[in-house]
Amino acid sequence: MTISDAAGHVGLSLKKNPSSPRTLFSSAMSVVATLCAVLAVIPLVAVLYYIIVRGLQYLNLDLFRQLPPPPLGEIGGFGNAFVGTLLTVGIASLISIPFGILTAIFLAEFAKDTDAPEENWIDFAVNILAGVPSIVMGTFAWATVVLLTGTFSAVAGGIALSVLMLPTIVRTATEALEAVPGSYRQASVGLGASKIDTVMKIVLPAAVPAITTGVMLAVARAVGETAPILFTALFSQFWNRTVWEPTATLSALVYNFAQVPYPNQQNLAWAAAFVLVVLVLFLNILARFITRKRG
Amino acid sequence: MTMNPDMPPSAAPMQSWRRSDTDRFLDKAFLWLTGAFGYGVIAVLLGIAVQVAKAAWPAIQQFGLGFLTSQRWDPVQNVYGVLAQLYGTLVTALIALLIAVPIGIGIALFLSEDFLPDAVKRPLVFMIELLAAVPSVVYGVWGVYVLIPFLNPIARWLNQSFGWIPLFSSAPAGPGIHAAGIILAIMILPIISAISRDALVAVPGKIRQASYGLGATRWETIFKVIIPAAFSGIVGGIMLALGRAMGETMAVTLVIGNSNRISSASIFDQGSTIASLLANQFAEAGGLQLSSLMYGALSLFFLTLIVNVLAEYIIRRFSIKY
Repeated sequence: MTISDAAGHVGLSLKKNPSSPRTLFSSAMSVVATLCAVLAVIPLVAVLYYIIVRGLQYLNLDLFRQLPPPPLGEIGGFGNAFVGTLLTVGIASLISIPFGILTAIFLAEFAKDTDAPEENWIDFAVNILAGVPSIVMGTFAWATVVLLTGTFSAVAGGIALSVLMLPTIVRTATEALEAVPGSYRQASVGLGASKIDTVMKIVLPAAVPAITTGVMLAVARAVGETAPILFTALFSQFWNRTVWEPTATLSALVYNFAQVPYPNQQNLAWAAAFVLVVLVLFLNILARFITRKRG
Repeated sequence: MTMNPDMPPSAAPMQSWRRSDTDRFLDKAFLWLTGAFGYGVIAVLLGIAVQVAKAAWPAIQQFGLGFLTSQRWDPVQNVYGVLAQLYGTLVTALIALLIAVPIGIGIALFLSEDFLPDAVKRPLVFMIELLAAVPSVVYGVWGVYVLIPFLNPIARWLNQSFGWIPLFSSAPAGPGIHAAGIILAIMILPIISAISRDALVAVPGKIRQASYGLGATRWETIFKVIIPAAFSGIVGGIMLALGRAMGETMAVTLVIGNSNRISSASIFDQGSTIASLLANQFAEAGGLQLSSLMYGALSLFFLTLIVNVLAEYIIRRFSIKY
């Protein structure tokens, strides 16, 4: 083969042939991938659309002040459920935020130093806990709290939700602490600070924005969860007097009233679903915004 | 600063370098405190297994492993078995995976390869992440009032035209296994696409460039180079999604129809899953029924545990380090 032959051959083969099966297949697959993305956005748009259209219709401020209606009664409201959601998620946060951050400090600041195997085990437990079905967490809280105290309560619901929130908080807080440059720690220790001062005054403050993001995502998840609430906080038609009695939540209200044939309760379910979605999406977008501003 | 040669090396600076006992004690205490919470996570996980097993004990003694192979759920005779729920759990999860895996990986590819400018890509990634944030019960309500009426004519047509296929052999009655599978597919789609996308993005650019440089088309590169390199991450993501689908409760409970037996192989039958059974009966149950429900919860716990441990193993064991 002469050199010019070879050059001509190469010149030909470098040209992309638009009608060759290889190129056609490639273009076809690109179309398929695009369709996949469109297909995934359809349910999101459809869910949001129906929730907004149906929910907004019945939404007004009175809903937040009144109690759930009996069947066929007036529209009523979900005031006690709104308070109940804040109550259960508040209790869950009080437990899971310190628990999660202290665990993350252990994983990121202490277990790392010693190359200890316990880090792997705790890490593993966190990942497995994240995969435990939320309804199983409900049965756990039932067996632990409801059985012990003899009553469904906001505390039982809060404990179930705290188990749900824990893995998210541990994971994000560990990542956040690990992302703080080692030079911060060295500078602090070099100046004579103790480990506790280094962690609490230098490392943790630097990681706060990223930890906040994780906490907000966990709270958002807890706000919308129903399964762990069903037989821990149960539901209630009335305002809470204490945290030791059955407590209504928005998510349980949506579940209960979506299954009944009474239009007034159904409408309330749509309005409550709307409030839930707005709360959850707001927390998610805010969480994202905090991290983006930082980095 | 100059050193004063007259000053003797006093003990004072030596002493100040030694941290006080209180300081050292505080550090120790801090280590112990965080360690206690760290191990606390393991304790919580074990606590879940122990507490649920304890509450399930009467049923475990009564029915043994036969609980998993009997489909008789009969509160009147006080005889319980969860085969029908196990079947429902697995079949709905399988339907969800069949739909969500190809679409999820398609999205992951679409959002990780350079199909789109960043300005379009980022909001799209965000929107799909939001899909994961919508509460389960909201999907359920949407499923009842929107998805099921939408699916009904399609299911009826499939049944009339292809009724000879066992999968479509029963007349659809609205809610059913098919609706639960589709709702689950929507719910696990963001998990699969997010984890697959992470795995695909982690494939180094030079591998891609080398493939293009050898003359491969975009999709030859994707199928023969990039997907194999990201395979463990993608499979791990699918396993996590499977675990999620099996444990998902509210949406499934609202659309599956809650029938406690297997009538036929048809996906249009009404059914139930372990999770939906718990959601429906737990609050009103007592005695052996309650402990049977706990037994069901324990089975579900171990089922998802196995799937999640496998996922962990695959991600850790087979991930290629570059």
